[in-house]
Amino acid sequence: MHTVGAVHDDSKAQYLWVWAVLLLLTAVEVALAYNQVFQPVQMLEALMVLSVIKSVLIIGWFMHLKYEIAAMKWVMMVAVCACLCLMCVFFADAARILQLGVR
Amino acid sequence: MADVAVSHGVAGEFEPSLFGTYSKKIGMWLFLLSDSLTFGALLFAYSYGRISNPDWPTPFHKESITNATIMTGCLLSSSLTMVLAVLAARRGDRSWTRNWILFTMLFGSGFIVLHAMEWSHLIAEGMTPFKNPWAATVPQFGGTFFTLTGMHMLHVTIGVIYLGVVALRKKFLPIILAIWAIVFFMTPADNVFHTGVHVLLVGFVVAAMILFLKPKDYDAHDVEISGLYWHFVDLVWMFIFPLVYLMSTRVQG
Repeated sequence: MHTVGAVHDDSKAQYLWVWAVLLLLTAVEVALAYNQVFQPVQMLEALMVLSVIKSVLIIGWFMHLKYEIAAMKWVMMVAVCACLCLMCVFFADAARILQLGVR
Repeated sequence: MADVAVSHGVAGEFEPSLFGTYSKKIGMWLFLLSDSLTFGALLFAYSYGRISNPDWPTPFHKESITNATIMTGCLLSSSLTMVLAVLAARRGDRSWTRNWILFTMLFGSGFIVLHAMEWSHLIAEGMTPFKNPWAATVPQFGGTFFTLTGMHMLHVTIGVIYLGVVALRKKFLPIILAIWAIVFFMTPADNVFHTGVHVLLVGFVVAAMILFLKPKDYDAHDVEISGLYWHFVDLVWMFIFPLVYLMSTRVQG
């Protein structure tokens, strides 16, 4: 195998730290949910914030996007986030259904 | 191979990549973006149904949550071993590249087995894609659950086969067949594994076509790209786990 020119410092230690933080965040999520610390809406918000933090760690470090050039980071992430956020437009309709009294 | 910007004195040839990296990696990233929209659509559809239905069941008791947490640990650990495989490939260590990929496959297979067992328990309790025993007015609970987790499990299975091809190449083909045969002939006909294992047959055919029609030595680039796919599979689970499992816990008073 030919070696790929590394443009950043690849230390195993930082990946072990990221892995440990991911496990810790998972434990926090499970503790929050299992003990039903929050009401459903706040629970969802808390879990989503934790999931986004975990995503940043996985995409940035494990998938190495942190070490790519700015153009790649911005184009990839803005594109997918924009498309995902566009899906949110339907949530207002979901909440409205509850007011319609449909059985 | 235009892995780096090379000038051959002819305008337009081998122009530097817009994203500053090799084409295969950009191709995989673009595929992952499209796949994330697929999962995003499924998760949004699930969330829409959940929000608009106040009677959504919450059946996941302690054993289910414990199982799902172990599955999450398996996937996170598999991401770590995959990163270590990529590092080994970069420094040219073929043995440890293969070994770390095999560890990744082991964790991935553990995830699949645990998840299929979870499915078996839920099916035994009476859950199908069209009905569930906890809320008769919410028939879509089963459909959304099996679709979301089934789609993800399929991606994990494809990922394990993909990694096996990269790590072992043609030596992996008899291994896939052996696993298929063992699972198919040693599980009862109504078992989830008995039906689901046929995915391995499809994987065997596709892998054989690739390995015989386009034989090549998979290099560090290929390991890195397979790693991107694997981390994506882990990333999707980071959203499915809280939205499907943690938001539906049944905690006994």
